[in-house]
Amino acid sequence: MDLSSISPTLLIASLMVAATPILLAAIGELIVEKAGVLNLGVEGMMITGAICGFAIAVETGSPVIGFIAAAAGGALLSLIFGVLTQYLLSNQVATGLALTLFGLGLSSLMGQSYVGIKPPQTNKLDIPVLSDIPVLGPILFNHDIMVYFALALVVLVWLGLNRTRAGLVLRAVGENHDAAHALGYKVIRVRLLAIMFGGACAGLGGAYLSLIRVPQWTEGMTAGAGWIALAIVVFGAWRPFRVLLGAYLFGGVTVLQLNLQAAGLAIPVEYLSMSPYLITIAVLVVMSAKRGRTSLAAPASLGRIFHASQ
Amino acid sequence: MIALEKRPTPSRFWTGITPFLAVLATMIAGGIMFAILGKDPFAAIRTIFWDPVFGEFAFYYRSQLLVKAGPLILIAIGLSLGFRAGVWNIGAEGQYIIGAICGAAVGLAFYPTESFLIFPAMVIAGGLGGFLWAMIPGILKVKFQTNEILVSLLLVYVAEAILASMALGALKNPDGAGFPGSRNFRSYPSAYNEDLIANTGMHWGVVFAFIAVIFAYILLSRHMLGFQIKLAGQAPRAARFGGVNPDRLILFCLGVSGMLAGLAGLFEVSGPAGQVSIDFNVGYGFTAIIVAFLGRLHPIGILLAGLLMALTYIGGELAQSNLGLPAAAIQAFQGMLLFFLLAVDVLTNYRLRFGNREVA
Amino acid sequence: MNALLDLDGLTKAYPGVVANDDVSFSIQEGEVHALLGENGAGKSTLVKMIYGLVKPDSGTMQLRGSSFAPPEPRAARASGVAMVFQHFSLFEALDVAENIALGMENPPAMRELAARITEVSQNYGLPLDPSRLVGELSAGERQRVEIIRCLLQNPKLLIMDEPTSVLTPQEVEILFKTLETLKSEGTSILYISHKLEEIRRLCDSATILRLGKKVATCNPREETAKAMAEMMVGSTLHQPERKPHKTQEVALQLHDLTLPAQSAFGTTLKNISFSVQKGEILGIGGVAGNGQDELTAALSGEALSDAGAIEMHGKPIGQMGPNARREIGLLAAPEERLGHAAAPDMSLIENALLTGDIRKGLSRRGFLNWPKAKAFAENVIAEFDVRTPGPGNAARALSGGNLQKFVIGREILQAPEVLVINQPTWGVDAAAAADIRQALLDLAANGAALVVISQDLDELMEISDRFAALNEGRLTEPVPAFGLSVEQIGLMMGGAHDLEAVQ
Repeated sequence: MDLSSISPTLLIASLMVAATPILLAAIGELIVEKAGVLNLGVEGMMITGAICGFAIAVETGSPVIGFIAAAAGGALLSLIFGVLTQYLLSNQVATGLALTLFGLGLSSLMGQSYVGIKPPQTNKLDIPVLSDIPVLGPILFNHDIMVYFALALVVLVWLGLNRTRAGLVLRAVGENHDAAHALGYKVIRVRLLAIMFGGACAGLGGAYLSLIRVPQWTEGMTAGAGWIALAIVVFGAWRPFRVLLGAYLFGGVTVLQLNLQAAGLAIPVEYLSMSPYLITIAVLVVMSAKRGRTSLAAPASLGRIFHASQ
Repeated sequence: MIALEKRPTPSRFWTGITPFLAVLATMIAGGIMFAILGKDPFAAIRTIFWDPVFGEFAFYYRSQLLVKAGPLILIAIGLSLGFRAGVWNIGAEGQYIIGAICGAAVGLAFYPTESFLIFPAMVIAGGLGGFLWAMIPGILKVKFQTNEILVSLLLVYVAEAILASMALGALKNPDGAGFPGSRNFRSYPSAYNEDLIANTGMHWGVVFAFIAVIFAYILLSRHMLGFQIKLAGQAPRAARFGGVNPDRLILFCLGVSGMLAGLAGLFEVSGPAGQVSIDFNVGYGFTAIIVAFLGRLHPIGILLAGLLMALTYIGGELAQSNLGLPAAAIQAFQGMLLFFLLAVDVLTNYRLRFGNREVA
Repeated sequence: MNALLDLDGLTKAYPGVVANDDVSFSIQEGEVHALLGENGAGKSTLVKMIYGLVKPDSGTMQLRGSSFAPPEPRAARASGVAMVFQHFSLFEALDVAENIALGMENPPAMRELAARITEVSQNYGLPLDPSRLVGELSAGERQRVEIIRCLLQNPKLLIMDEPTSVLTPQEVEILFKTLETLKSEGTSILYISHKLEEIRRLCDSATILRLGKKVATCNPREETAKAMAEMMVGSTLHQPERKPHKTQEVALQLHDLTLPAQSAFGTTLKNISFSVQKGEILGIGGVAGNGQDELTAALSGEALSDAGAIEMHGKPIGQMGPNARREIGLLAAPEERLGHAAAPDMSLIENALLTGDIRKGLSRRGFLNWPKAKAFAENVIAEFDVRTPGPGNAARALSGGNLQKFVIGREILQAPEVLVINQPTWGVDAAAAADIRQALLDLAANGAALVVISQDLDELMEISDRFAALNEGRLTEPVPAFGLSVEQIGLMMGGAHDLEAVQ
């Protein structure tokens, strides 16, 4: 084993990359849950985004168009969930699961002819001058644009939720949909938009996996990333910057265990590769054990069915 | 404009009819999907739903029907209890894997001793393995209010990693020339889960599935515990008021569903699959979720839904070999079925009203 | 005087019930107009039509002479109609300023809004801190949030739905002063209530609804309360009979019961002590949200406490669950009928089983005896005059009053030794309420001890032997109910724990 082969600089830089898909999906799901909707279909939307983005990027040769297609694909898939839960009042847990199962099937169907292909390369931004700063340069200023996009999204989501009227209405709908309805807000419309935003973000997260992080298409390649994103929303207590922290922590664990695998640590590979899931569970336990604060942070109408009656 | 109006009492008629509507709608939507894939939709639907039972080689496929339906029904029965109580165990796939590993490990430990006690010991170990694996989210939920959906699901990935390590390490066949995977149970009679009636697919797992159906039916319709399960799911506060201990109920539901999933895994690995290999599990734990909902969380419904879902598996394989339909199409098809079921479900509790009257 | 709002022939039908049938009346500029009627008379539907939440099937409205048909609340607010809801339309996890901003069309920047909230709240004598979370406010303060939200938009018509039901008598005085200030500034108020004395004091005219139809519009100051009550109910009411209580042995006793809040915005119970004797009714008053639900849960066994904090017949029972308490004769009926006292989607047979299993022997070794459960449900339905097609019907299909009769009947027919009831007649029509009160009095007359928690002071004065009030999780010393003045009750509810200081 050679631990000295692990470079801290590279480690931090690559944890940002490892965290980005989960961060994108989690920040989208945060908006969905803030609107009072629990969409357990993140995994399905991510994998659908992964193949949509991959296929379109390969066909057009443009990763950017690929990402746009991934967002559209994720949003479109989430619309099925939206219509079922908001108009047909189906159970959100069951519908979210259905979305995941369907998304996994649909994606592997769509991806059959894309196995083993390399996608067009997404260039690193390589900001001049800044990226030449020793240590900080490679860590902070030498990434692809999606890493920065995800960070910007966190800031925008925070601003949107806390500093705009739309954000206030969204929180109000998630907090008490009956009261929001009584004040004349369109609960269902707000929730549909939130669901589609969540779908688009999950789609982007998936495409980041297939286009940049891996980069290729394999069936079931999200491997639970969507579920981890869901857990990180709980970990982040529905706050954007804590979600960011959670995603980067998770990214750190992932990268570290990969590095340890490469360094030939005397622990079997299987045990190292299960560690991110175990750590996610441990974090969930710690978060839920501190009850008072998290239960306060969870939107009060989360998962409840809204039907405007008499 | 169409508006929904809550029914005063849930409609029994629609409760019964909606699964059939959902299947019909899925056939239509699936047909369209198959047509888009360039296959003859009618041929595809016939291959999936008709040929396995009545086609040329039906004598072979009919036995496969029980082989596939057995684990699905066994797992779905357990899940349905939890789903009714609002306890969402969606990690049955993990419990299935762990049950299989534990049961197989007990069997392999006795190799090559032959005794009629070995198989029962494996069954107990399999059930216990699944039970304990499901107790992890259960205890975390009871002690720390940790979300059981996320924990049970994340544990699937952990179980898969354990499976990989077992198939490549501890349980690897020492006489296997370095190939991954354990000894094959077919060559170890005491531990082999053989067809009880030759060539019917009727192995012990199927027997257990039928017993589970009967057990669940009696529990839900005749026993206080079944009543409490329904109560806790529909009105948690009323359940507490009625003296239901929510913690005990959570542990019961997770425990039973974990045990049944573990048993399903053991019967599969010691019978149809034959050995612990890195990918012996084929997603029954997830498909069983569809089976549970399709059967409306009712034991008899699950029995029928399990058979139907088994049919789509076999029909899917058939369509794959005969028509070149991709395997993934069947997975998407099954997902679609669940969507349609959830969509038409609304008719049970709401009625449609046409016209321009506003329901505010 | 000119009419501010004219209603002409408003009709609204829901499946199976005509909520409003050809209702016409006018609200004048600068008047306080009462809308009077029993629960289910159609008051709520009517104001929802004015506020744009419900569209009338037929009929028209005119606001200052021009046609008024708001498609949604936003439009109603834009036209100068504002509404304070009975069940507040507030968001607990948001702060006061955010809540108010949500009710405004074009709210100013948050800082400016906070300043205006402080200003308006002081002008109208309703002090309020804009930065506090609504979940931490008392019911009275929450109502202020609603009122200030309305006032910031300078409404022409302010609709108030049962505003005093959540207030102490002292808070009612403050509210009335505010309303009179508003009226003097020219704002019209539509005041919905079923409390006759309030209306006679505050309102210039009153429209009375019964079963969706308008009965009369009158001047409440010229009518007697009795005359209006009869217009409202349509018949003379049966008054419950009351027999004097003789001192007997103590059935239930609480010693310093303390229980931390179970939920984020729940109430902590602090040092609650009282005793109830056989044959006695202890009435517990107080404004909603001061620990009523928590006390009910602590008594029913849904929340466990120190074993010795609750004693029944001298035995500690604080650690017993609901079924263990049922076994020894302590039964309860919580406030929320649908979802707590009864499971909405389950049949009345299953709901009979919900609490009746232990005392009625509806199961043997866990196996259910459905015929026996059905017989018990049928018995409750027959004895308590529950109107339903049959015991197989879902609980949610019953009207509020009928379901309440079922819930209370279910407990009474199990012959409780101690019965705890939270809000026995909330949302129940007057005839059914009178029946329920009579049943409670009969039960006490037969030797049971009763704890009745209610926000209806008239009800408590009518049936209680002794009275105590809950305030922020504390209970005042119980005092004999006979001869208590409204002022004394108000001080008890307001948190004066030492009655000597009051007298």
